[in-house]
Amino acid sequence: MTTMTMGAGDPRGPKPKRMTASRIGVYAFLIISALFFLTPLWVMLVTSFKTMDEVRQGFLFNWPANFTFDPWIKAWDTACTGRYCDGLKPGFWNSVKITLLSVPVSIVVAMINGYALSFWRYKGSELLFSVLVFGAFVPYQVVIYPLIIGMSKVGLFATLPGIVIVHTIFGMPILTLLYRNYFAALPSELFKAGRVDGAGFWGIFFRIMLPMSVPVSIVAVILQTTGIWNDFLFGLVFAGRENMPMTVQLNNIVQTTTGIREYNVNMAATILTAAVPLVVYFVSGKWFVRGIAAGAVKG
Amino acid sequence: MATSVSIRDLSLNFGAVKVLEKLNIEVEQGEFIVLLGPSGCGKSTLLNCIAGLLDVSDGQIFISGKNVTWDEPKDRGIGMVFQSYALYPQMTVERNLSFGLRVARMPSAEVDARVKRASEILQIEPLLKRRPVELAGGQRQRVAIGRALVRDVDVFLFDEPLSNLDAKLRSDLRVEIKRLHQRLKNTMIYVTHDQVEAMTLADRIAIMRDGVIQQLADPHTIYNKPDNLFVAGFIGSPSMNFVKGTLKGSDFTVAGSTLSLAGYGFKAPASGEAILGIRPEHIAIHDDARKMPIALETEIEIVEPMGADTVAWGKIGGQQVSLRTSADVTIKPGDRVLMGFDPARGSVFDAASGQRL
Ligand SMILES: Nc1ncnc2c1ncn2[C@@H]1O[C@H](COP(=O)(O)OP(=O)(O)OP(=O)(O)O)[C@@H](O)[C@H]1O
Ligand SMILES: [Mg+2]
Repeated sequence: MTTMTMGAGDPRGPKPKRMTASRIGVYAFLIISALFFLTPLWVMLVTSFKTMDEVRQGFLFNWPANFTFDPWIKAWDTACTGRYCDGLKPGFWNSVKITLLSVPVSIVVAMINGYALSFWRYKGSELLFSVLVFGAFVPYQVVIYPLIIGMSKVGLFATLPGIVIVHTIFGMPILTLLYRNYFAALPSELFKAGRVDGAGFWGIFFRIMLPMSVPVSIVAVILQTTGIWNDFLFGLVFAGRENMPMTVQLNNIVQTTTGIREYNVNMAATILTAAVPLVVYFVSGKWFVRGIAAGAVKG
Repeated sequence: MATSVSIRDLSLNFGAVKVLEKLNIEVEQGEFIVLLGPSGCGKSTLLNCIAGLLDVSDGQIFISGKNVTWDEPKDRGIGMVFQSYALYPQMTVERNLSFGLRVARMPSAEVDARVKRASEILQIEPLLKRRPVELAGGQRQRVAIGRALVRDVDVFLFDEPLSNLDAKLRSDLRVEIKRLHQRLKNTMIYVTHDQVEAMTLADRIAIMRDGVIQQLADPHTIYNKPDNLFVAGFIGSPSMNFVKGTLKGSDFTVAGSTLSLAGYGFKAPASGEAILGIRPEHIAIHDDARKMPIALETEIEIVEPMGADTVAWGKIGGQQVSLRTSADVTIKPGDRVLMGFDPARGSVFDAASGQRL
C-alpha cells in the first residue's frame, strides 16, 4: 500500500460556500420580489402618518415631514360611515365577537366530523365525505340567496348566531378535510386499543384523539381566525347592522362619498383592519409550519 | 378441560372480498394458540373478529362459554397487544396502563394495585412516569402487554407483537411471553408469520392460508406430519424437499428408479402422481446412510456451512434436494456421497390435491 499525503486541495471538513452566478440571480430575484410586495405597504404606512396637506403634495414614498397620529385616532374613533361617526371601533369589537365565537364552533364541528369519518366508518360515510369536500368547490354566491331565505325562515338572518352558523357551514369542508386526513394518518391500532380498553365514541375522542390533534388544531385556528376576520361578503350579508364586522365598516369608511377623501385616515383604517391577521401570521408562523409538518407525528 | 374460545362457522367479507369463510376453532382454557400464515391470509382479521373490532358476516364466537358475537370489545374478557404497540402517546406509562380501568371507573386503590402488579411482572416499574416516546421498542412492547395484563382478562390476543423489534430483543421477549404464559396460565391467541416464534411458543399451531385453516395441531405434528403440501413447505428452514414421482402401492418411481416406501404409514392405499417430502435433516450421509431403508448415491453440488450445521445440495432422480448434516462432517462440492433416509419420517402427498396420503 502507498501512503497518501494530504495536499492543500484535498477536501476536508465543511465544504466552503461559494457565490455562484445562479446564487446571485436567486438572491436578486428574491430581493426584487420582496421590494415589489413591500412598496404598497410602505406607501400605506407613511401616508397614514402624514397630514392631509402633505398627502396632497404627492411624494408618495417620502417619510412624513410632520409626523402625526391623528389619522389613526380618527380612523379608530371618529371616522364617519354615513350618519354614524364612531370610527372603526364598533366594527372591531363586532369582528372580535364573530371570530371568537365562529372559530371554536366551526373547529369543534369539523373535528368531530373528521374523527367520525376516519374512525367510525359506516355505509355511506365515504359518500358523505365526498359531498362535503365537493362543498369546498361550490362558489359562495350560488348558495347565498337560498341561505338568506333559510336563515330568515328560522329567524337567524342578520343576527350574531346567524353569522356564526354561516361561518361554521362554510368552514366545514376544508376543516373536515384537514381533520379527517390528520386522523386517517394516525395508526388505526390506537383507535382499536381505545375500544378494547372500553372507551366509546366520546371517550376515544376526548381522551385519545383530542390531545393528539394539537398540531392540526393550531393550523385550523390560524386558518379560521384569518379567514373569518378577513371575510367581507358573509359579514355584509348575514351579520346585520348590529354586528357589522370590521371589514364591512372599513369599506363603508373608505367609500363614504361626502366631503373630501382622507387618504391618510383610509390608510390607517386599512392597516388597523389588517393588523389582526398579520399579527396572527407573525406570531404563529412557526407553529403553523410545525403543525402542517406534523402530519408525520409519531407516537 | 374447559373450552375458552370457540369460533363457529365464522365468515367475514369486506364487501365482495371473502376474507374468512366458515372458520372453526376450539381453544382450550390456558392454551397457547399461534395463528401462522403468509401475509394477507386473514390472521389479523380473525383476531379482530375475536376482539370484537370487526363485525362478523356470519357465525358465532364464544368466550368462556358466553356468546359474545354481538358484544363490545370491552365486554368480551379479552386484552389485546398490537404490532405497532398503539400506546397513547400523550399519556405516561402509568396512565397508559390504567386507561382501561379508569374508563371502567374502577376505584383508584384497585387501579394502583393492578398497575403495580403488572409493572412488577413486566419489570417496567422504573418507566411508569415516562411517556411512550421516551421508551425503547422493547420497553414499549412490554407496556403494551402490561395494558392487557391490568385488565385481568381470560384471553390475551397478540397481533405480531414482536415483529417491530430487532432479532435479539425478539428472542428475549419471546422467552418472556412464554414465561408470562406459564405464570398466568391465560388463554393466548398469538398471530405471527415467524415460524420460530410459532414453534417455540405454541401448544398448538393453526396454519392459515387465504382465510382457511390448513392444519391445527401441536408443533411436533405440524412439523413432522404436515397435512398438505402448503403446510409442509411453509414450516421448516431450509424447507422440506419435494420429489415428484409416481406411486404404485408402496413403490415410488422417480426418473426410472424405484424407491420402496414400505415403512411409510399410508392413511389409505393410493397410487398415481405423488410427491415425496423429506426434511433436510432426515437425510443421512456416508455411513449413517447405509443403515437407512433407502440409500442412493448422489453428487454434491453446493455446500453451505451454517456454523452449527452444514446444508448440502444433491439430487434425487434429477431433482434438487438439500440435506442437513453436522458441521463436523467434511463434505465438499463434487463429492459423490451415499445419502439415505427412512420413509417413515417422510411425507407423501397426492400431486393433484396436495393432501397427505
Ligand atoms: N378494511 C379492509 N377492507 C378490505 N379488505 C381488507 C381490509 N382489511 C383487510 N383486508 C383484506 O383482508 C385480507 C386479510 O388481511 P389481514 O390483515 O387479516 O392479513 P394478515 O394475515 O394479518 O396479514 P399480515 O401478516 O400482513 O398482517 C387481506 O387480503 C386484506 O387485503
Ligand atoms: Mg396482520
